[in-house]
Amino acid sequence: MYFESLAAVWHMDGHGFYVWLAYALTALPLVLMVWLPVKRIRQHWRWLQAEQRRSAAATQPTAMGSDV
Amino acid sequence: MWAFIHKLGSPPWFFGFSGTLVRWLLPVTVTLLLVGAVWGLLVAPPDFRQGNSYRIIYIHVPAAVVALAGYYVMAFAGAVSLIWRIKMADVTMRAAAPVGAVLTAIALVTGAIWGKPTWGAWWVWDARITSMLILLFLYLGVVALFEAYENKTAAARACAVLSLVGMVNIPIIYKSVDWWYSLHQPASIKFTGESAIDSSMLYPLLLMILAFYCLFALTLLLNMRAELLWTHRDSGWLKQLVGDT
Repeated sequence: MYFESLAAVWHMDGHGFYVWLAYALTALPLVLMVWLPVKRIRQHWRWLQAEQRRSAAATQPTAMGSDV
Repeated sequence: MWAFIHKLGSPPWFFGFSGTLVRWLLPVTVTLLLVGAVWGLLVAPPDFRQGNSYRIIYIHVPAAVVALAGYYVMAFAGAVSLIWRIKMADVTMRAAAPVGAVLTAIALVTGAIWGKPTWGAWWVWDARITSMLILLFLYLGVVALFEAYENKTAAARACAVLSLVGMVNIPIIYKSVDWWYSLHQPASIKFTGESAIDSSMLYPLLLMILAFYCLFALTLLLNMRAELLWTHRDSGWLKQLVGDT
């Protein structure tokens, strides 16, 4: 640990504003870059599951009918 | 080796393989990023000339390095797509473009923030910065070009050509500091030359570069999986996979 106090970490001898702004403006897009495709994958997966249930419900009566 | 490359071209195999890889890469990437950021921000000593503002290096340089590496991935996938007409190469090329654009934007924004206390200006029309801005436009151009075409096969071909033509910009970015040396302030590039970076500063930097490579691989795979799930929604293998869970 280089800094002696939390206030020193925040201030960084006058450069705190620049350093923390740069890290904040990096962290935000990084989180979004991972979160957005994960959200898309989940949405597509749920859509596929729903589609399968729909097609199963649609084909069931005819399948039973053919068995008889 | 060839069998592995051949399998990469198969969407069902790739989907299973990338699923396992993503589950490993996510915790590894998050850990590397956190350790690297804490090391660079709190543990590493300040620069004797720039003070604490130099700590921006731990995100600025990795973002720029991987933004360039990402362009190779995109252009190579574009070449494979043009020559062998492999669909998975199209998917790779398209997945790499937005990731590369975000990394280039991060490199530019953190560079501007670093420039203010170091050079006294947010923005300078310097060769390195300008060529990086062109890289951003190339990435965004590939994203926009694909959306502009109704026919997606033609769109992929146009994007591949654009990304290959854009390759001329890559050596320009690398060499910009040597070719137009007088424009660039020497304090900003301290890697090469006499100011060898001390190991106390180098190790966290190498760790962050590794973390950004992992992040690139992770987001590339996630984008590809999202794309495959949608374009293959009518495929038998995907229906079976969804049915099994």
